[in-house]
Amino acid sequence: MFRFLIGRLLQGLLVLFALYTITFFLAKAMPGEPFTSEKNVSAETKANIRKLYGLDRPIWEQYYVYPKNIITEGSFGVSTSKGRSVGDIIAQSFPNSLLLGLCALGFAVGIGVPIGVLSAVRRNSWVDWSCMAVAMVGICVPSFTIGPLLQIYFAAHVPGLKVAGWGNPQDVLLPAFTLGLVAAAYLARLTRGGILEVLSQDFVRTARAKGLSPAKVIIKHSLRGGLIPAVAYLGPAFAALISGSFIVETIFQVPGMGQHFVNAATTRDEFLLLGVSLFFGFLIVVMNLLADILTGLLDPRVRIAGQSD
Amino acid sequence: MQALSVLEILRAQKKLRNSVRGLLGVIFCLSIWSCEATSSVEEASRDGILIMGNTAEPKGLDPHIVSGVLESNIIRALFEGLVGAHPSKDGVALPGVSEKWYPTNEERPDEWVFELRKDAQWSDGAPLTADDFLFSFRRLLTPALASDYSFMLYYIRDAEPYHKSQRSYLLSRGDANFTDEWWASLKEVDFGPNEEAEEGSFNFKGLDFLTAEELKKLRAKPELFAWPETALAKTRTKLVAQNLSFAESKRDLWDLIEFGATAPDKHTLKVKLNSPIPFLPEITKHYTWYPVPKHAVLKHGKIGDRFTDWTKPGNLVGNGPFSLKSWRFNDHIEVTRNPRYWDKDNVGLNGIRYLPIANLYTEDRMYYDGQMHVTYTIASELIEYSRKNYPEHVRNELYLGTYFIRTNVTHEPFTDPRVRLAFSLSLNQKSLIDNVLKGGQKPAGGLVPPFGEYPASDVVTFDPERARKLLAEAGFPGGKGLPDIEFLTTDKESSKATAEALQAMWKEHLGATIKIKQMEWTSYITSMFDKDYDLAAGGWIGDYLDPLTFLDMWMKDAGNNRTGWHSEEFQKILGEAAETGDPTSRYTLLSKAEALFLKERPILPVYWYTRNYLLHPDVKGWHPLILDNHPYKFLRLEPGSEGKKD
Repeated sequence: MFRFLIGRLLQGLLVLFALYTITFFLAKAMPGEPFTSEKNVSAETKANIRKLYGLDRPIWEQYYVYPKNIITEGSFGVSTSKGRSVGDIIAQSFPNSLLLGLCALGFAVGIGVPIGVLSAVRRNSWVDWSCMAVAMVGICVPSFTIGPLLQIYFAAHVPGLKVAGWGNPQDVLLPAFTLGLVAAAYLARLTRGGILEVLSQDFVRTARAKGLSPAKVIIKHSLRGGLIPAVAYLGPAFAALISGSFIVETIFQVPGMGQHFVNAATTRDEFLLLGVSLFFGFLIVVMNLLADILTGLLDPRVRIAGQSD
Repeated sequence: MQALSVLEILRAQKKLRNSVRGLLGVIFCLSIWSCEATSSVEEASRDGILIMGNTAEPKGLDPHIVSGVLESNIIRALFEGLVGAHPSKDGVALPGVSEKWYPTNEERPDEWVFELRKDAQWSDGAPLTADDFLFSFRRLLTPALASDYSFMLYYIRDAEPYHKSQRSYLLSRGDANFTDEWWASLKEVDFGPNEEAEEGSFNFKGLDFLTAEELKKLRAKPELFAWPETALAKTRTKLVAQNLSFAESKRDLWDLIEFGATAPDKHTLKVKLNSPIPFLPEITKHYTWYPVPKHAVLKHGKIGDRFTDWTKPGNLVGNGPFSLKSWRFNDHIEVTRNPRYWDKDNVGLNGIRYLPIANLYTEDRMYYDGQMHVTYTIASELIEYSRKNYPEHVRNELYLGTYFIRTNVTHEPFTDPRVRLAFSLSLNQKSLIDNVLKGGQKPAGGLVPPFGEYPASDVVTFDPERARKLLAEAGFPGGKGLPDIEFLTTDKESSKATAEALQAMWKEHLGATIKIKQMEWTSYITSMFDKDYDLAAGGWIGDYLDPLTFLDMWMKDAGNNRTGWHSEEFQKILGEAAETGDPTSRYTLLSKAEALFLKERPILPVYWYTRNYLLHPDVKGWHPLILDNHPYKFLRLEPGSEGKKD
């Protein structure tokens, strides 16, 4: 297990390094500069700004200085578009995204998994078909449609719910629903598939032959194995949910992290772009690792393979 | 199949029902709990807090670092300039930090005196003196601060050479035999950065920007810097030697200039300008001219430090009617009454809350939901809906801005003024406004929007007949023989709709086939800078209330020209206007320059901007202003005004 973890960590570092390199050079390849604006500034002013942000140094030096500053000073640089440090931006916005993401995840698991189980158990019945149809709709209808529909037909009429904004506990409900819907739909389909596969296995037949109650067969013997695909999906999905979504944040006016991915690119704010990308990459690596460990706990086959390695 | 027993299903369903009931219960409780509160606007009106939509999170609150409208909306609450804006009259100055202001010579207003109020103080109680203004000017001009709005101070004598670090010029100027002619003969030398030179080379950096080390290298190896042939060997050696000795002395260029702003005493500020400016008080309304607290700025860093904590909540010291109360990143900024403001008795609001709502539709929905008093704008699709459902709330006001299309006069066929004119005359401005934009914009008769005494132009019209004739004269009858033409615009949906409407007009009236090229914002700007376009959508918002803000950008080397067009005659008239102190004859000259410009038509004016927004009837004292800089101290909130007539 230890060797497995070390291996995974090294892989993760490699992934982060590749992510940094690709993001860095893509950012450099974009036309324009962070201070390109409608109003032209003099060459002297541009030179001053480049110097201020260290953009006047040779490109290989910039490439090497950024990770060096992260490691030695813990500094992700200063955002050119927000005028504050990237670390500060992440520290201010990530907690909001985390809260929203956790609620969305809770919603996705709380709705998606039971629906998936129900569908699997009642396979090819109208319950199954309608559940899966709803799930398909959840996957297909984009959040920029669901969000405004909820605002116009729901929030505007329910007292206590605001159309958008962030400050009261109930403000998290609509964005969390919107954000979690797709994940819930995926989870429902994955759970259904996973359980169906397990239900056709020999040990389930054995359990049934022993005379166990159908509920026990499902909950005790099938659920654990049936959830493996869902758990594998949950790792990266969780990272995606808690790192925010541009669409959900701008529709519901949530001060989260997702908008910075998009805004940093359009404003050529390369330090912010690198900072949030690396942070997201880090989350993905960690969540995947956790998902792997969890899968190991759920699935004896993985556990044995890991130990005999 | 392996179905559960009926009993099990019933039990599961019951469980599910219970959990759904539980969830509904939670939502219900939350709603009840917050139901106590009335809608935000009602509550805020009662508390005297104005809630404003402000599009995005500001870049900062340091008046010397920001350059946007949304930042200025907050800065105008926290700081105050020499003169203040009038709540309902454009171009009228009211006392601010200064009680009295006048040019020393009415005939030639190139030197102004501002008498500051003796009781002026900062929000922390420190006295506000002329010294704070001198510090602020110097700070904005400090190259290391890298402000991109410093040019607003270039009217002051010697502000520009200091900000641009024109070391060679300032050093040579001290010589006994310095003449303007001699200096003009050196204008090809790369004193400043030359972006066309090889990256990292000395020419790329510019002679004035080389460090002592680099200058020593240059002295040893003169071929490191490329000189034009006009520069004699003697001059070269001398310039390098002068630059080197100054760079080694570690002195600041500030010592070499005769800065125009001075303080004869603590409460008097004198500003010597490069040329007469009768409208200087208008310019000082811009936040680049506001004072910043010397003591507070220096407490958190040096004069040229950009990233310091002096604007953080708790640290920020201002002199405006309000002071900073709270700042939650990307959520809101709130300001509250400043008890030390000199005119505090006339301040009508208790505070202002700014919301950084980037999504236009979200902003409008929040307004309809009763969460704010003023929106930043209205999404064009929602203007009709708002007019129908919120007729008392919709505002449509002329704004100091013009939408136009740049032509690239270095590209065929726009090298020919007749073609440019033909393309302009075939634009049906009114149809575009009524059918596509729907925001009540005004068809542009010229470049400068109508305001004050300036005679607005009306030469830009829709005349397809004449357009066709002109195009035929230029050698393209019925659009035949025209090269491929691309119309560059941004990637917004609204830009596309406008571009398609214009495309159809050119097709219909001229027979010209135009391709639309949409680009993401920064790429679009970059393409325009690089003159990599044929026609490009553009616009300009005036910085201050004077035609010059629309005209001087078309000078030969002005950075915002980007059309490749220039005219000796045009520059001459502007030069004459710059030396004219009398406002009426000055406007006549500027109007003449505009007429000349429109005759050549390097840009095709389309419409004058309007501002469309929603304003709650509770807000009183808010009048249409062409610069849209509403002085907050005159605003009041009267709860429950909806439905009542003023």
